Amino acid sequence: MNQTKRVKERFNNPVTVLLIIGLFTIIFPLYMTVVIALKQPSEMTNTLSGILSLPKHPSFSNFVEAIRVTHFWSSIGNSLIITVATVVLCVILHSLLGYVIGRNMSNSKFYKSAYFYVVSGMFVPFAVLMMPLIKQTSQMHISNVFGVIVLYVVFYMPMNTMLYAGYLRNIPLALEEAATVDGATSWQTYWKVIFPIMKPMHATVAILTALAVWNDVMTPLVIMNGSGMTTLPVAQMTFQTQFGTNYNLAFASYLLALLPMLIFYIIMQKQIMSGVVNGAVK
Amino acid sequence: MNMKSRQRTFMIITILILALFFVFNTLPLIKGVIFSFTNYKGYGAFDFVGLRNYADLFTDSRVGHSYLFTFKFAILATILINVISLILALALNAKIRFKSALRGMYFIPNILGALVIGYIFNYIFTYIIPALFHSESILANARWAWIAVVIVCVWQSVAMTTIIYISGLQTVPSDVYEAGALDGATGWKQFRHLTLPLILPFVTTNMVLSLKNSLMVFDQIVALTQGGPAQSTESISFLIYNNGLSGGQFGFQSANAVLFFIVIVVFSTFQMKFLGGKEEQL
Repeated sequence: MNQTKRVKERFNNPVTVLLIIGLFTIIFPLYMTVVIALKQPSEMTNTLSGILSLPKHPSFSNFVEAIRVTHFWSSIGNSLIITVATVVLCVILHSLLGYVIGRNMSNSKFYKSAYFYVVSGMFVPFAVLMMPLIKQTSQMHISNVFGVIVLYVVFYMPMNTMLYAGYLRNIPLALEEAATVDGATSWQTYWKVIFPIMKPMHATVAILTALAVWNDVMTPLVIMNGSGMTTLPVAQMTFQTQFGTNYNLAFASYLLALLPMLIFYIIMQKQIMSGVVNGAVK
Repeated sequence: MNMKSRQRTFMIITILILALFFVFNTLPLIKGVIFSFTNYKGYGAFDFVGLRNYADLFTDSRVGHSYLFTFKFAILATILINVISLILALALNAKIRFKSALRGMYFIPNILGALVIGYIFNYIFTYIIPALFHSESILANARWAWIAVVIVCVWQSVAMTTIIYISGLQTVPSDVYEAGALDGATGWKQFRHLTLPLILPFVTTNMVLSLKNSLMVFDQIVALTQGGPAQSTESISFLIYNNGLSGGQFGFQSANAVLFFIVIVVFSTFQMKFLGGKEEQL
C-alpha cells in the first residue's frame, strides 16, 4: 500500500525533460531577438554563429536609435491611452449592459432580443466592417485615437456582454431586493452591490480586452491612417522601410515593442492565465 | 413607482448602448452590403450594378485563390494547433517538475503581438533556416510559403489552446482514471476512451476558436509574405484590405467581405452543431 503511494508521488522525469527541450521553440526566437538587438551590423557576419553568438560588445545604441526613428514614446503613449481607455469603458459599459440584459432577459422579449442582437455581432469579422468604417469615421472626424477606442468598445461588446450576463446567473436576485428594501435606488444598488460582486469577471474582461487591444494591428492601421498617429505594433509596420537591411535596429525596435507586454505578463501571470481560461470556457 | 423608475433607467441605458453598437457595427455592415451592389472605387461617383460583383467573385481567379489558400491554411492550422496543444496539455498536466514555471513559459507566445512575431520569424525563415540547411528561403517559394504562415500561426496559437485543454483535463476526476485502470484502461486506451470523451466540450471550444481565428489570418501575412510570392498566400482578409483600400475595388471587395461574413457564420454554426452533436451521444 505504502509502496504504491510512493510510486504515485514520483515525478514524471522523462516528460519534464521533453518539456524543457520543447521550450527551445519558445526561447529561440526571443533569444535571437535579444542578441541581434544588442549587436552592431559589423558583428553580423553572414554565418549562423555571427548572427546567433552573444554580442562581444553589447550596446544599447540600437535601442536609442530605434526609439528615435519609430517615435517610440509617442506610439507607446497612444497604445497605452487606447488600451487603458478601452478597458475602463468596457468594464463600465459592458458590465452595465450585461447586468441589465442578464437580469431581464428571462421575462422580457425586448431584453432577450437585445441580447441576441449584440451577441450575434461576434460573427462579424473586422474585414467586413473595415471599408465602410473608414468612410464613416472620417465623416465623423474621429479617424484618430478616440475613434479607435469607440470602435473597440463596440467590437468587444458581444463577447463581454455574454461573459457578464453569464456570470450574473450565479448572483442571487435576493441581494438587490435586500438593497431595495433598505431604500437604495436601482442605480445605487448597481454600483454599491452588483458592480463590486462582479470583480472576478471584471478581471477576466479587462485582461482579455487589454491583450486583444494592445496587440491589434488592423483597426489602428486603417482607421488612424493619415492622422499622423500610430500605435506600438503599427509603428513596426510603418517603419519597415526605414530599417532597411539594418536588422539590428529593427530587432531593437521589435524588442521594445514586445517588452511592455512581457513585463506585464511577468507581474500578472496568474491573473492573465486564469482570465484567458475563464473567458474561453464560459 | 420604484419598480417603474427602475425599469425606465434600465431601458434608457440599454437603448443608449445598443445605439452605439448599431452605429459602429450594424450600420457599417448594412453600408457594406449596399456598397457590394455598386461599382464604387472608393472615391468619385458610382452606379448600382446589381449582382454583378457577386457573379464576378466566382470567376475572379485571385478571389478564388484567396479562398482556397485561406481554407487550406485554416484547416491545417486548426488540426495542428489542436493536436499539438492536446499533447502539450497532457504533458503539462502530468506529474512533472517545475509545473507552474513550464506552464508559464509555454503561455508566452499568446501575449505577444502577432505582427512583431511575424517579423521575427520572417528573419528566421529568410536567414537562419537557409543558412542551416543551405536551402532557399521558404518564403520565396510560391508552393511552400503558406507552410511558413502555418508554422508561425501554430507557434503562437498553441499557447492559448493548451491552457484551455489543461483546464479541461483538470475537470476529469482522478477516480475515473483509477476505475479505468482496474479495467485495463491505461496509456492510449485511457486517453481514447476516458479522457477524450470527458473533455470533448473543450475540444469543441478550441476547434471553433482556432478555426475562426485562422480564417481571419491577417497580421502574419503582412509580416511574412505580403500575400506573395505570386499571390500564393493572399488570405481573404488581406485581399479585402489590399484591393479594397488601395486597389480601387471598394464595391467588389465589399461583395467579397459579405461573402466572407456568410462563410464565417456557416462555418461556426456547422462546427458547433457537428461537434456539439457528438458530445451528446456520449
